[in-house]
Amino acid sequence: MAEKKRIDEPTGTETVGHEWDGIEELDTPMPRWWLWTFYITIVWAIGYTVLYPAWPMLNSATAGVIGWSSRGQLDKEMKAEQDRTAPIRTAIDATPIEELSSRPELIKAAIAGGQAAFKVHCVQCHGSGAAGSKGYPNLNDDDWLWGGDIATIHYTLIHGIRQPEHDLTRFSQMPAFGRDGILQPAEIADVTAYVRTISGQQPANAASNRGSAVFAANCVACHNADGKGNRALGAPNLTDAIWLYGGDAAAITQTVTNSRYGVMPAWGARLDPTTVKMLAAYVHSLGGGEALPAATNAAAAAASTADAGNTQEVNVAAK
Amino acid sequence: MSQQNKVPEVEEELHLYAKRKAVYPKAVDGIFRRLKWLIMAVTLTIYYVTPWLRWDRGRYAPDQAVLVDLAHRRFFMFSIEIWPHEFYYVAGLLIMAGIGLFLLTSAVGRAWCGYACPQTVWTDLFVHVERFIDGDRNAQIKLANASWGPEKIAKRLLKHAIWLLIAVMTGGAWIFYFADAPTLLHSFVRGDAPFIAYATVGVLTATTYTFGGIMREQVCIYMCPWPRIQTAMMDEKSLAVTYKDWRGEPRSRGVKKALEDGLQTGDCIDCNQCVQVCPTGIDIREGPQIGCITCALCIDACDKVMSQIGKPRGLIDYITLLDAEEEAKGHPRMAIRKRLFRPRTLIYFTIWAAIGAAMLFSLGQRTRIDISVLKDRNPVFVTLSDGAIRNAFTVKIRNMEARPRQVEIGLLGIDSAKIWAEPGERDTAQRTVKLLVPPDSVSKTRIYAVSDAKAPAREEFSFTVRALDKEGGSDSEKVIFDRPEGQ
Ligand code: SF4
Ligand code: SF4
Repeated sequence: MAEKKRIDEPTGTETVGHEWDGIEELDTPMPRWWLWTFYITIVWAIGYTVLYPAWPMLNSATAGVIGWSSRGQLDKEMKAEQDRTAPIRTAIDATPIEELSSRPELIKAAIAGGQAAFKVHCVQCHGSGAAGSKGYPNLNDDDWLWGGDIATIHYTLIHGIRQPEHDLTRFSQMPAFGRDGILQPAEIADVTAYVRTISGQQPANAASNRGSAVFAANCVACHNADGKGNRALGAPNLTDAIWLYGGDAAAITQTVTNSRYGVMPAWGARLDPTTVKMLAAYVHSLGGGEALPAATNAAAAAASTADAGNTQEVNVAAK
Repeated sequence: MSQQNKVPEVEEELHLYAKRKAVYPKAVDGIFRRLKWLIMAVTLTIYYVTPWLRWDRGRYAPDQAVLVDLAHRRFFMFSIEIWPHEFYYVAGLLIMAGIGLFLLTSAVGRAWCGYACPQTVWTDLFVHVERFIDGDRNAQIKLANASWGPEKIAKRLLKHAIWLLIAVMTGGAWIFYFADAPTLLHSFVRGDAPFIAYATVGVLTATTYTFGGIMREQVCIYMCPWPRIQTAMMDEKSLAVTYKDWRGEPRSRGVKKALEDGLQTGDCIDCNQCVQVCPTGIDIREGPQIGCITCALCIDACDKVMSQIGKPRGLIDYITLLDAEEEAKGHPRMAIRKRLFRPRTLIYFTIWAAIGAAMLFSLGQRTRIDISVLKDRNPVFVTLSDGAIRNAFTVKIRNMEARPRQVEIGLLGIDSAKIWAEPGERDTAQRTVKLLVPPDSVSKTRIYAVSDAKAPAREEFSFTVRALDKEGGSDSEKVIFDRPEGQ
């Protein structure tokens, strides 16, 4: 194609010089504003790559002269968040666990913080809703192995359960009655029947009557004469509806034969004290939390919401 | 590029951009001009004064009569308070405004443009300022052509200063709709108002100044979608400002001379008054056109001329296309009343009124308390040590009254179920819970319900809320009580 650039008469604009079947194209110049915008974007881009990390080098990219990095920004944001929550954490730290519940703004923050920490450290065993599963207690219910007031929960969290080499840990050991030959299989079957009877799962029969004696001879030391357990030893109440390892005959036989031995880490050694405190507040708030023994805390009594009338009265804060 | 297409003698360059021809509208007086004054006074007063009106709502709600409280998501309008979930009232108002415009347009044409549109009102205001400083049309033209000297500079400075002042006040008034006006004014002047307040005033000042002072009729002719939409809504029965060419033509300047020459003359003496007063700078005698905002100032101007030369008024007049045809043929025009009441306007009016009535009705019916319940899903139920089943719910009570209220939450269904609110104990569980809910807010309470295990795995029941004061009001929400399967 021959170069036939020429000035187009009606428009006064140069053509690009090509011609297809008599059709020519005008070489209309770019609008001035457009060109300037284009140049400005180039300048902007250069400035940007100088200021911010941009050019790939052998091992890493150029750092940019203002020293910005996404990691640094994250650190800054994390720091800002820590600074924001620092005063309330300090206040929680300074408040004895027994008095936390009587400080509404603290307990609210503690529960929220505990919920967040729970999602990181506890859900692996207790589940994200704290409902537990076989062998891992449901923390929503009103049945507690070691005690359900906030101070006791706090203690359990700090020292853990059955942590060897930790003196203050919650500890007890159920004998493996069958495996260790303490009881014969027939005796185990009898005591199983007895336990199912006192928990209201089956009517009394000959086997359970025989089991009653076995129970009295072997189990009452921990589970108590009435079968209601002993929190000091973490011995569960055998008369209620909650079964950590199952309440059917097969499961109870298993338990008696081989014993059970649940463990929990001593969180006091792993997490900072404030977080442990907040975890205790959260677990206590799940619906089964018990009041502190009367002697421990007068504030708890003051916070009692029971109403003499037909209904309870509660004041709720605006959300 | 053929030779025949050659541009004529005058080397006129074709441009995509036409330079604005300055418009210097001449002052005029007359019935429509006075109507415009009145509407201007009313609309501007409403705009500037409304945020300063007070309305007592007690100590728990703001006392500003009209307040769009974005931060707390409330909309106050005298005795009405709108919550975000009731936004359909605002939507309804907007729909009514839209249909109202349809109604207005199909009946009386571009009356909105001519009288009530903010663009028209503020442009009018700016034009008057200009006239006040520079004088009327001729003086303005003279000044525009004059070379720059102390007088011109002074006048220009003064004019733009006043324009800017109006613009600032316009932008300034706007923000008072969104916060307590006196408080905001103080902090605004002190300089510690939120940045958004200054930004809003800045933007609105700029737009008012640009649209009212500089762009004026160009907004209507080039920018505004409304004239285009209106075209679709006007028909041959809508009023429009019309030059009655059958009466005015042939126009002639020297009537006497024309008569002497034996020529026919119409009523138009070609005095150009209608063109000179036109704020959009058009000549209505060329026929209806998009530039005409039907401000009717040319009617006023022409009527005056007609009375001076002893001819009947209304050479330029509001008239429908149909009537114009009739009148051109010499038939009498239909009464305006009859023109206004026709199916189209009646249908628009019915829709408009129906929406209004429906909104009023539902405003009267709405309860100011409501409940919404969110059931815990993880875990869905908890078995308690005595075998009973507990479900947990987050109950939200929305108290839309501006005072604290005592309410009672109750159960409908599952006779064995009892509830207690956190922080409470199961021993205190009853069929109802009393709460004191704070004014004008949503309160969240965790409520536990406990019931026998031996029942269907999923059982429906309702939470109810009932206000215990004498105004009363109640609401309920259905939820499910879950139990373990196969009990
Ligand atoms: S054309 Fe648009 S801006 Fe102009 S007066 Fe009409 S509605 Fe207002
Ligand atoms: S032609 Fe007449 S009615 Fe239309 S904008 Fe101009 S003065 Fe107003």
